[in-house]
Amino acid sequence: MSTSVKSLVSQPYKYGFVTDIESDSLPPGLSEDVIRLISAKKNEPEFMLNFRLRAYRQWLKMTEPNWAAVGYPSIDYQKIVYYSAPKQKDKLQSLDEVDPTLLETFEKLGISLSEQKRLSNVAVDAIFDSVSVATTFREKLAEKGVIFCPISEAVHDYPELIEKYLGSVVPVGDNYFAALNSAVFTDGSFVYIPKNTPCPMELSTYFRINNGESGQFERTLIVAEEGSSVTYLEGCTAPMFDTNQLHAAVVELVALDNAEIKYSTVQNWFAGDENGKGGIYNFVTKRGLCQGKNSKISWTQVETGSAITWKYPSCVLIGDNSVGEFYSVALTNHMQQADTGTKMVHIGKNTRSTIISKGISAGKSKNSYRGLVKVGPKAEGTRNYSQCDSMLIGDTAGANTFPYIQVQNNTAQVEHEASTSKIGEDQLFYFQQRGISMEDAISMMISGFCKDVFNQLPMEFAVEADRLLALKLEGSVG
Amino acid sequence: MIRENSDVILSVQDLVAEVEGTEILKGVTLKVRAGEIHTVMGLNGSGKSTFSKVLAGHPDYTVTGGTITYRGQDLLELEPEDRARAGIFLAFQYPLEIPGVSNLDFLRVAYNARQAHHGHEELDAFDFDELVRDKLDVVKMDASFLGRSVNEGFSGGEKKRNEILQMALLEPTLAILDETDSGLDIDALKIVAEGVNQLATPDNAMLVITHYQRLLNYVVPDYVHVMAGGRIVRTGGKELALELEERGYEWLSDVAEATAR
Repeated sequence: MSTSVKSLVSQPYKYGFVTDIESDSLPPGLSEDVIRLISAKKNEPEFMLNFRLRAYRQWLKMTEPNWAAVGYPSIDYQKIVYYSAPKQKDKLQSLDEVDPTLLETFEKLGISLSEQKRLSNVAVDAIFDSVSVATTFREKLAEKGVIFCPISEAVHDYPELIEKYLGSVVPVGDNYFAALNSAVFTDGSFVYIPKNTPCPMELSTYFRINNGESGQFERTLIVAEEGSSVTYLEGCTAPMFDTNQLHAAVVELVALDNAEIKYSTVQNWFAGDENGKGGIYNFVTKRGLCQGKNSKISWTQVETGSAITWKYPSCVLIGDNSVGEFYSVALTNHMQQADTGTKMVHIGKNTRSTIISKGISAGKSKNSYRGLVKVGPKAEGTRNYSQCDSMLIGDTAGANTFPYIQVQNNTAQVEHEASTSKIGEDQLFYFQQRGISMEDAISMMISGFCKDVFNQLPMEFAVEADRLLALKLEGSVG
Repeated sequence: MIRENSDVILSVQDLVAEVEGTEILKGVTLKVRAGEIHTVMGLNGSGKSTFSKVLAGHPDYTVTGGTITYRGQDLLELEPEDRARAGIFLAFQYPLEIPGVSNLDFLRVAYNARQAHHGHEELDAFDFDELVRDKLDVVKMDASFLGRSVNEGFSGGEKKRNEILQMALLEPTLAILDETDSGLDIDALKIVAEGVNQLATPDNAMLVITHYQRLLNYVVPDYVHVMAGGRIVRTGGKELALELEERGYEWLSDVAEATAR
């Protein structure tokens, strides 16, 4: 692309404010004592402390993975604050008792926690730094037997479920960041959908990092019993700091016979400035287990933020006829780096998976798709379809595709398609010659490019995602 | 149609332009009045496509001398999208494919951009749908074209008809057709030509750039200009096109070289 297409200053990140709130933090650093302290602060049962210590001891023996196509200075894990909680009353009876400053923060982010907006029909768990501050619609959900609460509470209230499922999909020693998360996670959401129950409303968790030094380590666990279904949405923002913050979350999904889980993320962590200063390191492990026959897990993600994204939402298809899906849009601009994709592990018979990945790279960013399709020896009749499309904007961005295919059963059908396109100056000129501004032209082309993925998102989220991408690319071509 | 006192739509004076440091236009002068159809003919490399792109404001071309005045306004000051909104339309020689963007959306956004520019009301999806269906007749296009991505998988003829459809919709004041006839079979050529004839009014003007005389069997120009070596070396009536068809461009190229010296 010629000289007239160049990066200009992008739209400022509008969620970059810091909420001034008193917090209860541990000093930076990690040791067994810190872990014991976190566990004690949360008054956890013994099995949880043991879970954490097991993870920590494994973590000590592990090394940080370096196979992803991302580069960053090494992280000093002793400089991170592992526990930071907004100071508030210990037990909240209703939203009225939540610190109004916190509620204002979430209002500012466009998430109404006041249950006024019943029409919106979405239950929200709001997580501020490491602690869940409010979960809406809990009673209404409880009528159907649906549990939706902070995982810190679930540890006390449903210890048998937590003990059974926590770490069952992502074991404590699964990988470096998952082990770290297992050792120090402070909160997150827990969802349990009982047998034969379609969850009566969409569930949503909103994550907000506020503390400049704190890492955020949330843990999400969703269990869908036989014949149940749930749609879950996740949103993320953070203030602008010129230091990098670590976010190492773990999400585990379990779907039993005939159950269906749809998990959507719109990730908009602070990406750092145009020179690559600051931003979130988003090192996340997300995995779903299709344990039951005919079960289905579908991941949809729109990744627009973070300085570095390292994330592979995966499906382990154990149940016969189970289905795994991965729909992804990853946009990088300026100095952002993303290495994201999925793993589809076919173990059961007649399991099917679909991967649709759309990578958009602008500025000097690096955007890689990395995906594994693995078919085990007993996975008769497996089918996979993968499509990985990359779009480049300008000529200083990079895109890579790393597909790994391992097939051990000769009845499997595995298809992989990949394409790379470029928003070319001539295309832009064509739009302009019809009176359409360059920004609108890019936005239309991007929407078109991402259509297959946006169609998977709930309506409001799709509109939001569309707007977000346009905002992120504003000024990237000029 | 030539009328003595009709408004001057385009006035080009001693236009010099280059691409990547190579001078292509070496002093083009041309005046186009409302109601007129002008044809620019010439060999490949004579500068006629460059001329059309410079008028539309393609960023690869740099104007290094001369002036372009469009309806009294300095055209060179306007961004390409503002030129378009002000009524300049370029039918592309090679219309671009835009995957993922439906033809209907593309047309609506383009139409509304022009409406907004003129302070007119923008049309919603339903009203626009009605409007565009009427215009389809101009180029005998099927409504199924609207749902497809812009030009994607269109045949050469379909792409050119799509250009004329856009022109019908945007009702330009100055329409520039850059070799719209090239690569068309005779049926498509007739459809395109009929479209152009239907769209010509006493208030607008057309600049038809072509390599061959055959389009001129259907679109009758008021003026024929011959371009060679980056200049207009001869201007005449429609009979000049016929003369070119008979004698070729060679004799005029010699004239161009002579004048360059």
